[in-house]
Amino acid sequence: MLELDRVHKVYRVGAFGGGRLRAVRDVSLTVKPGEVVSLIGESGSGKSTIGKMVLGLFRPTSGRITVEGTDITTIKGFAARKEYYRKVQGVFQDPFSCFNPIFKADRVFEMIRSSYFPGVSDADWRDKVLAAVGTVRLDPENVLNKYPHQLSGGQLQRLLIARALLLDIKLLVADEIISMLDASTRIDVLNLLGDLKERGLGILFVTHDLSLGNYVSDTSVILRKGAIAEMGPTLRVFDNPLHPYSRHLLSCVPQLHRTWAEVDAELAANPPEDVTLPTVAEDDDSAPLLEAEEGHFVGIDQG
Amino acid sequence: MTLRVKDLKVYYQTLRGDVHALDGVTFDLADGEIMGLAGESGCGKSTLGKSLIRLDSRMRHVGGSIELDGKDLPIADDDAMVPFRYHEISLIPQYAMSALNPTRKIGRMINELLRARGLRPADIAEELERRLELVGLDTDVLNRFPIELSGGMKQRVVMVMSTLLNPSLLIADEATSALDVSTQRSVAESMVEFRDRGYVKSMVFVTHDISLVYQMADTIMVMYAGRIAEKASTSTIINNPQHPYTQMLISALPEVGSTAEETRLEGIPGTPPGLLHPPTGCRFKDRCPMAFSKCNEQPPLLEIEPGHWAACWKTG
Amino acid sequence: MTDVAGATGADKAPAPEPAAERRFSETLHFARRNPKLLIGSGIVLTLLFIGLIGPFFVGDDPNAYVGPQSEPPNGEYWLGTTSFGQDIWAQFVYGLRSTFLIGVFGGGVAFVIGTAIGFVAGYKGGIIDEVLNMITNVVLVLPAMVVLIVAVAYLDARGVFVQGLFIGLTSWPWAARAVRSQTLSLATRDFVDLARLSGRRTWRIITTEVAPNMSSYLVMTFILLFGSAILIAAGLDFIGLGPTNGVSLGLMLESAVAWSALQLQMWWWFIPPGLGITTLVGSLYILNVGLDEVFNPKLREL
Repeated sequence: MLELDRVHKVYRVGAFGGGRLRAVRDVSLTVKPGEVVSLIGESGSGKSTIGKMVLGLFRPTSGRITVEGTDITTIKGFAARKEYYRKVQGVFQDPFSCFNPIFKADRVFEMIRSSYFPGVSDADWRDKVLAAVGTVRLDPENVLNKYPHQLSGGQLQRLLIARALLLDIKLLVADEIISMLDASTRIDVLNLLGDLKERGLGILFVTHDLSLGNYVSDTSVILRKGAIAEMGPTLRVFDNPLHPYSRHLLSCVPQLHRTWAEVDAELAANPPEDVTLPTVAEDDDSAPLLEAEEGHFVGIDQG
Repeated sequence: MTLRVKDLKVYYQTLRGDVHALDGVTFDLADGEIMGLAGESGCGKSTLGKSLIRLDSRMRHVGGSIELDGKDLPIADDDAMVPFRYHEISLIPQYAMSALNPTRKIGRMINELLRARGLRPADIAEELERRLELVGLDTDVLNRFPIELSGGMKQRVVMVMSTLLNPSLLIADEATSALDVSTQRSVAESMVEFRDRGYVKSMVFVTHDISLVYQMADTIMVMYAGRIAEKASTSTIINNPQHPYTQMLISALPEVGSTAEETRLEGIPGTPPGLLHPPTGCRFKDRCPMAFSKCNEQPPLLEIEPGHWAACWKTG
Repeated sequence: MTDVAGATGADKAPAPEPAAERRFSETLHFARRNPKLLIGSGIVLTLLFIGLIGPFFVGDDPNAYVGPQSEPPNGEYWLGTTSFGQDIWAQFVYGLRSTFLIGVFGGGVAFVIGTAIGFVAGYKGGIIDEVLNMITNVVLVLPAMVVLIVAVAYLDARGVFVQGLFIGLTSWPWAARAVRSQTLSLATRDFVDLARLSGRRTWRIITTEVAPNMSSYLVMTFILLFGSAILIAAGLDFIGLGPTNGVSLGLMLESAVAWSALQLQMWWWFIPPGLGITTLVGSLYILNVGLDEVFNPKLREL
């Protein structure tokens, strides 16, 4: 459904735009209906840029992003873009910054109504909102007709997911949606993503947190400096990381029942086999992938 | 005993009344102890961290005492606290370096700081360089501007700066939360190393990330709504927590490798109570599945086994 | 910080007050306790009141020769008369009225142009921003007074509105820059992205999402433009390029100087207009500082 084909995003930096910053480098991936794909990376890995490009907030420098066969870079004009957002929606990192603090929280629903459902009667609309709020497991009594500051981060984030569900979306871009939430509500939002997946939604889940990245996802993509370091089925990637960078990351994640020392000792006891990584010339912008085992790819080593 | 906090109450003054951010907190910190201070946002953990070193203008010391190495800390008196800061207690905030003057070189900044504390930079220069090397920084950083350093390097510089005088207590307030995982690990490990070498006697590590404190802390104290829920050794809190809040919090954390299909975890329903008019009795009772009539009275913080403290009627 | 926000944010036990109302009442609470704001707005409103009501009590033509010449202030002519027997009090109240007019109109034109350019440049970014920024910078470095002098000198009949228009057309750049920088930071906020994903048009996003979040800032921008328009107008009047068919505080100063009021020690001729302009502009700035303290929580003193 969502397909990225050799997407690049290059920023010109420096005083006269002379320098080049490769924010996203030769990224190709797909998200199928009913699949959660995690984009995992540290800061500067280009994960959020990919999410924003899929949402049409940034334009790729080159490459194609297609959703259900249409190349989104060819979408021109207000009406066409509006139709695109009927199918693809996003939820962002900071729920508090997503709500205009001077209006009631329900206003995010009203915006959808005035843009997409101007003809719907009040009663029908109310039913629709109640259904969406129910799907995200919120009690309408507690969350409707309130101001953003009266709600918790978890409630706001779920309201934003409910907002996306008012439209008949096929793809949800979830950009770091739990990193600002407290541990006690994080898991509920993650579970909700799992429920949406069951309903056939494709989800692009952008995160920096490895322990959360794998909880709901089917496919994991580990990014480094804009390029894919490793991509494959989540269980394979986490059980048998092939790229040295993925191995390093996994050894640094604080885990709950294994200390770093234990992890290091384990690694030292059974050192993983080296995998041949694809290579590129110094001035080559491409970032080829090698299929190390079925559906499990490794990317170039960027030192 | 490095630190002894007794029934500490610190309120925030707002237009609508006092927010009871810290409402009777009592704990001890042993020599050489690294204590992880965990809890959700608004539980008072950052307020506690700040209270130990400086009250800002809206914070009011309402009651209780803090004793450091046997001396009373006059936390309500800003001027009287000056001799303690930096010499006895130091702080590493989340974005320390970003708050500093971007047009000053690091070395100059450190020298100014030392002079402001009545010390001669030359006396400490050697020690400074040794410690920079210890945390994996080239002494060349002293000739650089803050903007030239990465987030991890900045936090390491701040760590060296704030511990130069071997303070008794170091407070790290979400000091590694803004860092990438690999940097986070090395900064956290340097902190433990500093303790091991005696550069700081003990440390309070304020964070929302329980799996991080599991890696480095000796004890963990869990706070909820301005009070202490439970304090015990790290392995006890993680593997055998007694307070229902701690239990639910730990079980809501997904682990590396676990998936929703294998084990579906559950969060804690509800939200923490507002602290402007905090409820009476146990503050967790509205969200607690084990709540019973007795919970309308405030449970005392009791030592249920040596070194393990919990505030719950069910554990006492 | 987060602790307090969380604590108050989660606080919904007592009857929840709507945020807008709460913000409003909180603002009002600080407004009532801010002496700078109270003094500044008190003086401005008093002067405005005099300018609005005064002309109804002093006759139609403030330039009419009504009384004895060079009379110091007395019971009949409160502020005395000019060397020609014109009533200075009458000139003062009419002058105050036109000074307010020029401030509102000149400041208003500058405000509209400045905010429109600032919003579009800040929100759209890219090439549009660069072009608008270039225009802004060009106008900013133009010696505005010289341009005004040349332009105004070429006009035969000059009224308050023409003068205001020219002042407006030359004094918007700093407002555009200020609004642009605010918009730049607001435009990256998530709720703006969310409005885009909700299929909102650009101008609606600017007017309903961006502008309301900087309303206090816009008010202050307007007040400063208002004050500077008055000052520029007074300067123009003083060098003889004021309205040809009327009276203003600047014109009064001009004629006082032209007819040697200083040398003749007719203090009642030049003090009132001079003091009027100074007090008005001064209290506008005090008002502005007061507003800044009220709106900006960091400057509030508890």
